[in-house]
Amino acid sequence: MTALVVVALTVVALAGTAVVLADAPERQAVSLSVFGTTLVILFVVLQAPDVALSELGVGTAIVPLMVMLTIRTMRKDRARDHEEDE
Amino acid sequence: MTRLTRLILFALGGTVMAVAFVLAALDLPHFGTSYHPYRDLAVPAAVQHHTANVVSAVNFDQRAIDTFGEESILIASVVGAAALLRPSKEETERLVPDLGRTLQSTRLIGYVLLPVTLVIGFDVVLHGGVTPGGGFQGGVVLATGLHLLYVAGSYPALDRLRPVTTFEIADSVGAAGFAVIGLIGLASTGAFLGDFLPQGALGQIVSTGTVQVLSGVVGVEVVGGMVVLLSRFFEQEITVQTGDD
Repeated sequence: MTALVVVALTVVALAGTAVVLADAPERQAVSLSVFGTTLVILFVVLQAPDVALSELGVGTAIVPLMVMLTIRTMRKDRARDHEEDE
Repeated sequence: MTRLTRLILFALGGTVMAVAFVLAALDLPHFGTSYHPYRDLAVPAAVQHHTANVVSAVNFDQRAIDTFGEESILIASVVGAAALLRPSKEETERLVPDLGRTLQSTRLIGYVLLPVTLVIGFDVVLHGGVTPGGGFQGGVVLATGLHLLYVAGSYPALDRLRPVTTFEIADSVGAAGFAVIGLIGLASTGAFLGDFLPQGALGQIVSTGTVQVLSGVVGVEVVGGMVVLLSRFFEQEITVQTGDD
């Protein structure tokens, strides 16, 4: 059990670092989803299924989706401002 | 505020936070031991109210007022985000017919998983008092699951499946329902969110008193809130166009 916790924590740390080191926000959105999945595994290992379910819905699906949509909306807005400048 | 002032402010706040965090963490029960003061209090309290899922008992019974606060935060942030994302004066809404291609395999998986996800979502909401899950988790599953129709099918299909007005109403009805149940509790037991329903037998689907009902209204609110929030983002992305093009 302890070995499993150590492995799960290490994977979470690696995935978290990967999110920080990803160079573009849209890459971060995808790696954030992977990071969420590793957290789900950690919560299941620590016997917290309720928290794991919340993380599965919010951390791996809703938040990355919103980040993606926000980035695209901002890009579209910027492109439009750019057109108006010219 | 200059850069230096901000830095000093952050250093002060950060230091206090770091010291307080370390002090608090040092006082925690050690990891992996059998000493769990909260469990020793929460589990008997949950069993007393015939709620098999102790986490739900904590959320909707023992500290239901905290959950009420959280639900209010959720509805407030949905309203705030929706207000920010509404089309401005120079933008008009128009549906763009061509939205790119979807892989056949993606469509297949989406259509197969859509009903499965919805069933799981309802299951998680309805069994919240008995097995892991509850209104929040199930609501998020349902709201995300609906959007598989966008991934697999098209935006117009999604738009038909989820009339946004209905979900706006669901969001407010869910939030108001929580308050109403709390007030009924106040009137009948003398405490806001007091448990006024018969509690049934431990582990039965119809048990847990108000826990399951509160979990249900939270489910309704979360589905409504999440769908409305995502629909605003989708509208910005897909249907809103600037006036001159």
